[in-house]
Amino acid sequence: MQNKTSLIIAREYLSRIRKKSFIVMTILGPILFAAIIVGPAWFATMEDREVRKIAVIDSSRLFINQLPETDYLKFDYLENITVEELRGNFSETHYYAVLYISHIVTHTPTAVQLMSDRQPSLNIRMHIANAMEKEIERQKIMAYDIDNLENILQSIKTNINIRTIIWRDDGEDRESHPALAMIIGYVGGFLIYFFIFLFGSQVMRGVIEEKSSRVIEIIISSVKPFQLMMGKIAGIGMVGLTQFLIWVILTFIIVAFAREVVFTELQTPSSDQVVAEDIITTGRGTSSLLPETQPAGGEQYSEVKQVFASLATINFGVMIGSFIFFFLGGYLLYAGLFAAIASAVDSESDTQQFMLPVTIPLILSIIIMMNTIQYPESSLAFWFSIIPLTSPVIMMVRIPFGVPYWEVALSMALLVLAFLFVTWLAGKIYRTGILMYGKKANYKELWKWVTYRN
Amino acid sequence: MILFEAKNVSKKFSNHLALNRVNISVPGQSIYGLLGPNGAGKTTLLRIINQITAPDSGELFLNGRKLSSKDIANIGYMPEERGLYKKMKVSEQAIYLGRLKGLSNNDAVKRVKHWFEKFEITDWWNKKVEELSKGMQQKVQFIITILHEPVLLIFDEPFSGFDPVNTEVLKNEVLELRKRGATIIFSTHNMSSVEELCDHITLIDNAESILTGNVADIKHKFKPGIYEVTLKGDSAEIERVLNNDYKIISMKKNGGICTARIKIDKTVSNNDLLKLLMSNFHIISFSELLPGMNDIFIDLVSKQKKKTA
Repeated sequence: MQNKTSLIIAREYLSRIRKKSFIVMTILGPILFAAIIVGPAWFATMEDREVRKIAVIDSSRLFINQLPETDYLKFDYLENITVEELRGNFSETHYYAVLYISHIVTHTPTAVQLMSDRQPSLNIRMHIANAMEKEIERQKIMAYDIDNLENILQSIKTNINIRTIIWRDDGEDRESHPALAMIIGYVGGFLIYFFIFLFGSQVMRGVIEEKSSRVIEIIISSVKPFQLMMGKIAGIGMVGLTQFLIWVILTFIIVAFAREVVFTELQTPSSDQVVAEDIITTGRGTSSLLPETQPAGGEQYSEVKQVFASLATINFGVMIGSFIFFFLGGYLLYAGLFAAIASAVDSESDTQQFMLPVTIPLILSIIIMMNTIQYPESSLAFWFSIIPLTSPVIMMVRIPFGVPYWEVALSMALLVLAFLFVTWLAGKIYRTGILMYGKKANYKELWKWVTYRN
Repeated sequence: MILFEAKNVSKKFSNHLALNRVNISVPGQSIYGLLGPNGAGKTTLLRIINQITAPDSGELFLNGRKLSSKDIANIGYMPEERGLYKKMKVSEQAIYLGRLKGLSNNDAVKRVKHWFEKFEITDWWNKKVEELSKGMQQKVQFIITILHEPVLLIFDEPFSGFDPVNTEVLKNEVLELRKRGATIIFSTHNMSSVEELCDHITLIDNAESILTGNVADIKHKFKPGIYEVTLKGDSAEIERVLNNDYKIISMKKNGGICTARIKIDKTVSNNDLLKLLMSNFHIISFSELLPGMNDIFIDLVSKQKKKTA
C-alpha cells in the first residue's frame, strides 16, 4: 500500500518536473526577480544619457555659474537676451529648457520659471530647486558676516542613521533592521501566498484532469481514493519545494556573484566596528564626522554597505526553515480544499462557486500583510498569524521582525491540526465526488458526502 | 467451482436504491454477462466488485475467501467510460497502471512490450495518448486491464466504441483469456455478444436481479413453444389438419413447399404435432424455435415495468 502511494507521488512529481514550463520558471524565476528590482533603476539611468543644456536668464545675478552641473545637465548663463527673444527661435537653439530667475527670488519662492516646449523632467526641476535653495541659504548666512563660516558650515553637517536594538530576555540584544525585515517579510509572505495559489491550483487541475479524462476509475480500482489524493498533494508539494530550493540556491549564487564582482571594493564592516567608529567620532565633538578619504559617491556606497551588513545579521537558516514549514503547512491545508473542490465539479469552469470561500482567506492575508509590515506586533497581526487559514502568510511576514517562540509554536501547532482536520474532511468529499458526474453539486450535497459511511 | 460470489448485495444512494439484495455466483473459467437497461445498477455492482464503492450490506467472496483489499491484484477492470492520462506517453502509462496493480517495474515493462508486440502497436510506444484515435486508445485500455493477468476480469460495456473488426478481435481475446483460465464478468447491452460469449447471465432491472442462470437453461425456460416445419403440401391443407390446440403464426409458400411456424398449446407436445403432420404431409424439416436473448430481455423488462407501474 505504502509502495503505491510512493508510485503516485513519483508520477505526480516527475511528470511536472519534466515539463518545460517548470524548468523555465525555475531558472528564470530568480533572474526575473532580479530584473524587477534592477530593471527600473537601469532604465532610469538610461534615460539620462542625453546631455541637456538649459539656458539660464538670471536677472537676480545671484546664480551666475553657481548651479552645479552633472555629466548630463549643463547650464548656459545668457546675458542681454530676453525670454521673448529666446522663445522666438527656441527650436534652433537646441536648449532643453529656459530657466528664468527673477530678481525678487530671495523672498518670493515663485519667482523662478522653467520654460520649454515640452514637459521638463521632474528630476531636473528638483535638481535646480535644490541647488537654488542651498545657494540662497548660503548667501543668507554669509550676510550675517560670521568668521570662518566655511569651516563652521562644514563641521555642522550631520547625518543621522537610527539603529534599532531589540532587548531580549536572554541578554543577547540584537540589532534589528526594520527596512530589511519589511522587505524579507513582504517577499516571504507574498511568496507563500503565491506558492499556495500556484501549487494549490495545480492540485485542482490535476484532480479535474483525472476526473474528466475518466482515468480516475481505473486508478481507484487499484488504490484508495485517499491514497491518490494524498499522493497527488505530496507530489505537487515536492515540486513546489524543489522549485523553492533551486530559487534559494540560484539567488545565493547571484548575490554572491554580485558581491564578488560588482562590489569588490566594498569592505563590509561588522556592526561592532560601526559602533566603535561612532563612539570615537562622537567623542571628537565638532570634528568632521565624515572621514576625508570618503569618495565623492560615499553616501551611496555606504547604503550598499549597510544592506550587506544588515543582510549578515539575518538568520537565513531560520528564515528558510520557517518559510518551508509555513509554505508546506499552508499548502497542505489549502491543497486538501482545492482537491475537494475539484472532485465535486466536472470541469474547471464549474469551480467558481466553491473557489470563493477558499480564496477569501488568502486574499485577506495579503490585505492584512500590508498592515502587518507596518505594525508586526499589533493584535490584528497577532490573531491573523495564529488563525490557520491566514497564519502561513502573516506569520511569515512577522518572523523577520522577531516573534516570541510560544506564538510561533502555537501558530505551527494550530496549522498542523487544521491541516489534519481539513484533509480528513476533504478526503471524505473527494472519495464520493470523484465518481459523481453530471450532477451539479452544492454545499448541501457536499455535506451529505462528508457524512456518507463508505 | 465458484470463483466469485456476491451475496445479498445492497447499495443505496442518497435518494434511490441502486442495488437491492442482488446475488450473483460466477463459476471459474467462465464468461458471465450482466444485463439490464440503463440505470439498472450494473455499473454500481461492478464498482462494488472492484471495491471502488462499498456496499451498504451483503458479502463478496473471491475463491471462497471474503474479498479484501489484497484482491486488487487479482482483478482487472475496464470501466465503461474509458480514460487515460492524455498527456502521458502510452508505454509509461501502461507501466504505471500495471505497477499500481502490484507488478514490479521489470515485469510491467516486459509485459507491456509483449502485448504491444502482440497487438502490433509497438510504434505507439512513445506517443502521447491524445495523439491516438479512440479505437487505438481502446486497445491500450484493454492491454492495461489484463496486464497483471488477474483471475477475474471485469469489463463494463466492453464493445461500445469498437468498430466491427476490433469487436471481433476483442471477442476472440476474451475467449482466449477464458481458455487460459481467466473468469470474465461483463455488462452489456449487446445481446448478440451475450449469445456468442456468455456461459451465464444475470439480468438486473430496477436494482433487482430478475433473472439469473445458464444461458442454455434460460433459453430453454423461456422458449415460447413455437415450431418451424417445412413440408410439401398446401397451406389450406395444413390449416384443415390442425385443430384448436395448434395456432399457425406464420406461413410461407414457395412452389409446392410450405414453411409454417406453429405454436402449440401446453396440453399437447411437439410429438403430437409431428405425428399429426407426418400422417398428412411429407416433412422436410422440423425444429423448435428458441428465443433470442434480446427477446427475453425485452419481454422481461417490459413486464417488470408494467408491474411497477
